[in-house]
Amino acid sequence: MNSESPVSHGPPRLTGERGAGGIGHRWKELKVQDGARGALIAFFSTVVVFGVVTWVILSSSTWPAVRRQFFSVRHLREVWPAVWGGFALDVKMFIVAEVLILAFALLVAVIRSLRGPAFFPLRMLTIVYIDILRGIPLILLILILGFGVPALTLPGVPNDPVFWGVTALVISYSAYTSEVYRAGIESVHESQRSAARALGLTQWQALRFAILPQAVRNVVPALLNGLVSLQKDVALVSILGVREAVREAQIYNARTFNYTGLIAAAILFLIISVPAARFTDWYTARERRLRGGH
Amino acid sequence: MDEAKLRVRDLRKSFGSKVVLDGIDLDVAEHQLVCLIGSSGSGKSTLLRCVDLLEPIDSGSIWIDDEEITAPYVDPNAVRRRIGIVFQSYNLFPHMNVLDNVTLGPRRAHGIDRESAERRARELLERFGLADKVLVYPDQLSGGQQQRVAIVRALAAEPELLLLDEITAALDPELIAEVLDVIRDLKGQGLTMLLATHEMGFARDIADVVCFLDQGRILEQGPPSEIFSHPSEPRTRQFLERIIDAGRL
Repeated sequence: MNSESPVSHGPPRLTGERGAGGIGHRWKELKVQDGARGALIAFFSTVVVFGVVTWVILSSSTWPAVRRQFFSVRHLREVWPAVWGGFALDVKMFIVAEVLILAFALLVAVIRSLRGPAFFPLRMLTIVYIDILRGIPLILLILILGFGVPALTLPGVPNDPVFWGVTALVISYSAYTSEVYRAGIESVHESQRSAARALGLTQWQALRFAILPQAVRNVVPALLNGLVSLQKDVALVSILGVREAVREAQIYNARTFNYTGLIAAAILFLIISVPAARFTDWYTARERRLRGGH
Repeated sequence: MDEAKLRVRDLRKSFGSKVVLDGIDLDVAEHQLVCLIGSSGSGKSTLLRCVDLLEPIDSGSIWIDDEEITAPYVDPNAVRRRIGIVFQSYNLFPHMNVLDNVTLGPRRAHGIDRESAERRARELLERFGLADKVLVYPDQLSGGQQQRVAIVRALAAEPELLLLDEITAALDPELIAEVLDVIRDLKGQGLTMLLATHEMGFARDIADVVCFLDQGRILEQGPPSEIFSHPSEPRTRQFLERIIDAGRL
């Protein structure tokens, strides 16, 4: 659609100035008309395509059944309070997990990038942690922690599935996120570290004041991507029986054999994840533009 | 020479199989400005980085006053707090404004309170014609201004010794003078400096001692009048002839 829009056709100034006034002028008119026509074509083709698709769906013999199964207003009214309440729990778990992930992953990344032989065991520990946790499917980790640990019935260890679900999310996502941070740390030029150390700053201070602020700024888009992904994966905690949106919809579905609740849950997730994805794109493009400007 | 500020003895350093410093002996007396000259890859930068303990050395020793800074029990951070260094590529912190760049060292490494650090930074910036750049970010400054900020940053903690590594090499010709003027000023203040440079005219005018480095050794050293007019080593003569041919002296 863009290539057809009037904006992308710059006014053909050279031709207009060089050629006989009339011809140049006419050519320009033609181009503008072409652009306007392009926009019109795009508009109508969109209407036609979506119109046809809608008509095909609505007129198909199975549509009434599909509507009853997935888009029933009556069922929506009935299931909504439970799904909405469950979604609030999803959002809460997401926020708590994200904050913990951002902090814990940074700690892991910092430890992994420490230099000097004295830190070797710590560095090794972080590498083992990252390798193992990135290699285990998240759903498996949730099952192991959520069902396995409470089954030990150890004194003082919580058996709340929400607690273990969020814990599993945090330790799994932190492994990925720490690698994002580490990429950011490594993207800052070595000379910045030299400059900081030359001022007499310790290794830790050089990281804290010179390296990390630049590193984090470099990876904000990647962190935002992780955030969008986490927001959806929170629903995996439902396998522990936590009554969040997906679980509530499933319960209703099991009772009524109607899927409207699941669609409602899907829409609730989309309401957060689509704007978050658009924001990530916008932010990334803006950063690129600002950096490119210098 | 026994009150030398900086003494380097038989300093050796290799990167892999490449010998970069091959037994350097060097003295810099207090208040002196010593220039290191020599072609690229002769070891000038590495020597400066070794003196600031930014590169581990293979063997030899470096002394400041009567303290061996290369001894194993010495805290390198404490040494670096006494030495200032300015790099060819400025290496300012792009996420900090000029004032924060200059006060980072005094505040975090020296524990000076914010107010005193900023007062001193503003004084220095004013002295070097940067008073109106205090709150500006590095990418809004010209190369010459950035390098002057980098010099101020190195001076902010009042170093006993200032190391300058090809500080004009990345600058446009018309910006070189403003940076060299700063060095002249500092020399007038009696600051002890060790400077690696390609600016032979400047070295001849201002240095107390010129050292010619070649393949990791100091081949010849002496007052500039001697080195530039009557070099005794054929390699020095060759190097200077090339410089003169290139119109740089």
